[in-house]
Amino acid sequence: MALLEVKGLHTSFFTDAGEVKAVNGVSFDLDYGKVLGIVGESGSGKSVTAYSIMQILAPTGKIVSGSIKFDGQELVGAGEKVMKDIRGNKISIIFQDPMTSLNPTYTIGRQLMEAITLHTDRNKEQARERAIEMLKLVNVNEPEKRMKQYPYEFSGGMRQRVMIAMALACEPDILIADEPTTALDVTIQAGILELMKDIQKKMGMAIIMITHDLGVVAQLCDEVIVMYAGSICEQGTENEIFYNPCHEYTKGLMRSIPTIEKDDSRLEPITGTPIDLLNMPKGCPFAPRCDNAMKICLTRSCERIQINDYHQAACWMNVKKAAEEGKLDELTAARSEAEREGTVSADE
Amino acid sequence: MSEKQPLIQVKHLKQYFDINMGFGKAKPLKAVDDISFDIMEGETLGLVGESGCGKTTAGRSILHLYKPTSGEVIFNGKPIKTKKDIAELRTKATMVFQDPYSSLDPRMTVMDIIAEPLDINVAYNAAYKDKEKRRERVLQLMDYVGLNSEHAARYAHEFSGGQRQRVGIARALAVNPDFIVCDEPVSALDVSIQAQVINMFADLKEKIGLTYLFIAHDLLVVRHISDRIAVMYLGHMVELASAKDIYDRPLHPYSKALISAVPVPDPKVAKANKRIALTGEIPSPLNAPKGCPFNTRCPYATDQCRETMPEFREIEKGRFVACHRAEELNS
Repeated sequence: MALLEVKGLHTSFFTDAGEVKAVNGVSFDLDYGKVLGIVGESGSGKSVTAYSIMQILAPTGKIVSGSIKFDGQELVGAGEKVMKDIRGNKISIIFQDPMTSLNPTYTIGRQLMEAITLHTDRNKEQARERAIEMLKLVNVNEPEKRMKQYPYEFSGGMRQRVMIAMALACEPDILIADEPTTALDVTIQAGILELMKDIQKKMGMAIIMITHDLGVVAQLCDEVIVMYAGSICEQGTENEIFYNPCHEYTKGLMRSIPTIEKDDSRLEPITGTPIDLLNMPKGCPFAPRCDNAMKICLTRSCERIQINDYHQAACWMNVKKAAEEGKLDELTAARSEAEREGTVSADE
Repeated sequence: MSEKQPLIQVKHLKQYFDINMGFGKAKPLKAVDDISFDIMEGETLGLVGESGCGKTTAGRSILHLYKPTSGEVIFNGKPIKTKKDIAELRTKATMVFQDPYSSLDPRMTVMDIIAEPLDINVAYNAAYKDKEKRRERVLQLMDYVGLNSEHAARYAHEFSGGQRQRVGIARALAVNPDFIVCDEPVSALDVSIQAQVINMFADLKEKIGLTYLFIAHDLLVVRHISDRIAVMYLGHMVELASAKDIYDRPLHPYSKALISAVPVPDPKVAKANKRIALTGEIPSPLNAPKGCPFNTRCPYATDQCRETMPEFREIEKGRFVACHRAEELNS
């Protein structure tokens, strides 16, 4: 059994303009001690997925259907009492902006100790010791002195270290990091990522790393999920996603980022504009921007197809490719559907 | 590049802001402290550095959006001194801002936003008084940046971030400038949109023959678009070289650390990379250290570095660096 099992998660926001389907059928497993990267652009549903797991959605947001199992325990519909025990204790989250996540009117020490006393039966003195220990772990100098200081006395990188210390104080099994380094400078970012890697090795928790930066993913993650318009396009091990992308969106993303090797050549952007979640297209959500979109892409979204043991992608191109190579039998998920529709042959 | 003339010459530019320390006392914040460089005609100069290093201020001072504390900016051979010079500069040099959400007036249509420089500028408002002419020019500009002519009557809020940035760029192009300061023009955009806008900058440069000062913190983007790159730290310029040189062989210890920290989107490279860790934090520009600004974090700092400010000097052809030990450390 995996540590975290998310199945068919649908989360919507009910706004005046209509239902915004932010997450559309997301499923994944997370094992102990793994680092899972979730990549996507703004509005792809990567953060909402995380907030759904923690159940800290905005008041208009609601988990419509699906299941989230932590260590075998169902969290959807489990109620606030159960969630209070999970949040910060079993699953912790750190956010993008470390300033707004800390209370400016309390000292760092008080905020750290609050997290500890709330979830454990440590007394104040023990909580203090633990807080200082945590600050040492995240490489904050002079922790005793720093405990008495307020957030404004900390730099952005230091605040994020404090947030990590707070999130890890109760030794959670999962740490969700929602763009933890986006607001930071590159040299500070590199330090934080290294710190997360070290602590992960030391404490052995699983990490869900949410980011838009493929560079961050490349440094940290074992497994990668690529999201677009609320669904998972592609999922696999880091090497599979980077060196063998099988979804047109992932391929486009890889082509569009400048690298040091790609010298003076032009970038190959993904055409079109990001999707409007209020007016989702029929079929594959990426089809309107996809250069290789086929007829079927506009009418039916693709199920996840098993590329190999470590890799799944939801793109009809893989069915087409398999058909061309005469390997259609090997595809499991979408095969029967594609045949029934007669689309594979019709589109060739 | 050698046959080309410098379009912009910046000489010992300083930009200090007085910070009120209370009790009637003020202290100068040295946002930009004595920087000198040239930008050749048709060149893209990338300006990189971490937040607070003064790169945005440098861009704004060059355009005289702030009155420089001291130093000189020479545009096309002519020093910018009087109000008249500045007014003229505004028709030759413009700016694209970082945030496409706050840099466009929400109560103006795209047509009016793009035409505003034409309406305001004395040199142009006569020529474009005629409504039809003004409209034609705006539509031409919109075509340059890949916006549909039917978008002209819309308001900024109806556009996505990438399209808004296009509007901002069209506005910057309205007066037919030679030089554009691009202040983090793509950092607010999604990855897939970033590439579109970067390509557009490259196309416009070809088409109209522009010169850019491209300010950004994303080093991969800067590397891609720039001919030369300048690295700033705490208000000072620490290194200036061609884009390739600075990545392949950075000379200043700070550039080395900065480039080694870039997250490379390739797992094999990323895992093989050895990062040069910097200790400590960037000092406050209100209390800049004595000597080399980087000495508090530099692993190679000596007593000399703590005492005297290194000169920004050319140690190889076309490679400027401000480090006492540059030769010794890079031999």
